[in-house]
Amino acid sequence: MTNSVDILMITLVLANLALLGISRLNTCIRIVAAQGIALGLLPLALNGWRPGWHLILFSLLLIGLKGIVFPAILVKTLRDLKTSREIEPFIGYGASIAAGAVALVVCMWLGSRLPRPVDVSSSLLVPVALFTIMSGFLLIISRKKALTQVLGYLVLENGIFAFGVALVEEQPFLVEIGILLDVFAAVFIMGIAIFHINREFDHIDTDKLSNLRT
Amino acid sequence: MTILLKLLNTAAGLAFAPLLIGVINRTKAWCAGRTGPPLLQPYHDLRKLFRKGAVYSESSSWILRAGPVVGLSAVVTAATIIPFGGLPVLLSFNGDLILFAYLFGLARFFTILMALDSGSSFEGMGASREAAFSALAEPVLLLTLAVIAKYTGQISFSKIFPAIDFGYWPKAGPAFVLIGLALLIVFLAENARIPVDDPNTHLELTMIHEAMVLDHSGPDLGMIHYAAAVKMWLLGALLTQIIVPVRGGGRLADVAAALLAMMLLAAVVGLIESSMARLRLQRVPQLLVGAAALSILAAILV
Repeated sequence: MTNSVDILMITLVLANLALLGISRLNTCIRIVAAQGIALGLLPLALNGWRPGWHLILFSLLLIGLKGIVFPAILVKTLRDLKTSREIEPFIGYGASIAAGAVALVVCMWLGSRLPRPVDVSSSLLVPVALFTIMSGFLLIISRKKALTQVLGYLVLENGIFAFGVALVEEQPFLVEIGILLDVFAAVFIMGIAIFHINREFDHIDTDKLSNLRT
Repeated sequence: MTILLKLLNTAAGLAFAPLLIGVINRTKAWCAGRTGPPLLQPYHDLRKLFRKGAVYSESSSWILRAGPVVGLSAVVTAATIIPFGGLPVLLSFNGDLILFAYLFGLARFFTILMALDSGSSFEGMGASREAAFSALAEPVLLLTLAVIAKYTGQISFSKIFPAIDFGYWPKAGPAFVLIGLALLIVFLAENARIPVDDPNTHLELTMIHEAMVLDHSGPDLGMIHYAAAVKMWLLGALLTQIIVPVRGGGRLADVAAALLAMMLLAAVVGLIESSMARLRLQRVPQLLVGAAALSILAAILV
């Protein structure tokens, strides 16, 4: 059962579980970067490591953006902040990992029940993509810091990407580049927004933003 | 002949168990640039303890005296179940993995009882911590046992271990890496090693296992220490024989390879203890829940 796609999938799952249980923001950013690199290798692995030139270009672009540029932007933002770790999440770390384990089992069950429109090369692909999407949601819901929520958004996007790769063998190059550009713009803007929120309010706790109304 | 080999299997565990602690201490000393105690120091310590007399508190009952005996006999029974290096075992039946896990549970139950029986508040704290953490470590151990049972299709150690060889690597490599990590965390947690508990410190605020045995002295303390060493040996044997199953080099070579793997494990534990700090008490459950998540993932993959 072991092939390179499965190993990449397990890397994704481990990264998700680690993100749910680690409070240090710097480490979290690095884990998301590692997840991005694993995801960048995925199209190559799915093609059996015999890619055409546009696939190589696409992978390099993915790895460059998700593995290097996004983390660099976020690390730079983090350096300007006063916080280095998530202090009090709405859902604790132990409970988050436990919820993640439950979500994993649910996703595996769901993935085995879903009818597959095309032949998927690895049985893990669909469940792991679903699990990545779920952990992204969990991160966005349960954490307070704006930076962790950006990470949750990135994980969510990684999951959607993995899902797309799983179902559509050859996606149009233009569509993928367009999505990547959107994500790039989003991370860029969110980085700047976090910086400004921090300068204006001295913290990036999103649960206190509702005070702005008064 | 077979009965001799069966006895030898148990005797190897009982004889070499304290050596494991010697190797760990020696590795730690080497990392710190000290010469360290001799490799056989744990044996001398045990001999010293068994020659002493015992002091019992007037407020304690028979439970305090029964605890060490029950603990030691439970782990010695567990030693008759695990085959070491392909040797035959004294006790083997379908489902002996469950007995293996719950013999440790029995030993722990009596350790906690005797800690509470002593009436000391420190021991009460240690007992409460031990109960909390072992409740999290036990599911991980059972889950990993379930994974190897599912992989081999057997539910007895003496049938499982011959069924595992290096052929697992192409078939289920990632799952074995995951249960290896989970078992290593269980090994460190159950044996009160560093990321969870520090065996050297006598700082009452953070002790777990050491806090529970403060009121014991002489032969009782010796039995507790020896039982802890045998328990470490057994969990280590479980871990090394799943991850590095050297088979087929003749009986002597297999046993020698298994022994070498145990000593390597001890060296790795020594390195971990030299390079890591003890985790904050609130972080320990997180580590154990993480190990549970790893073993669940492994169970899905196999």
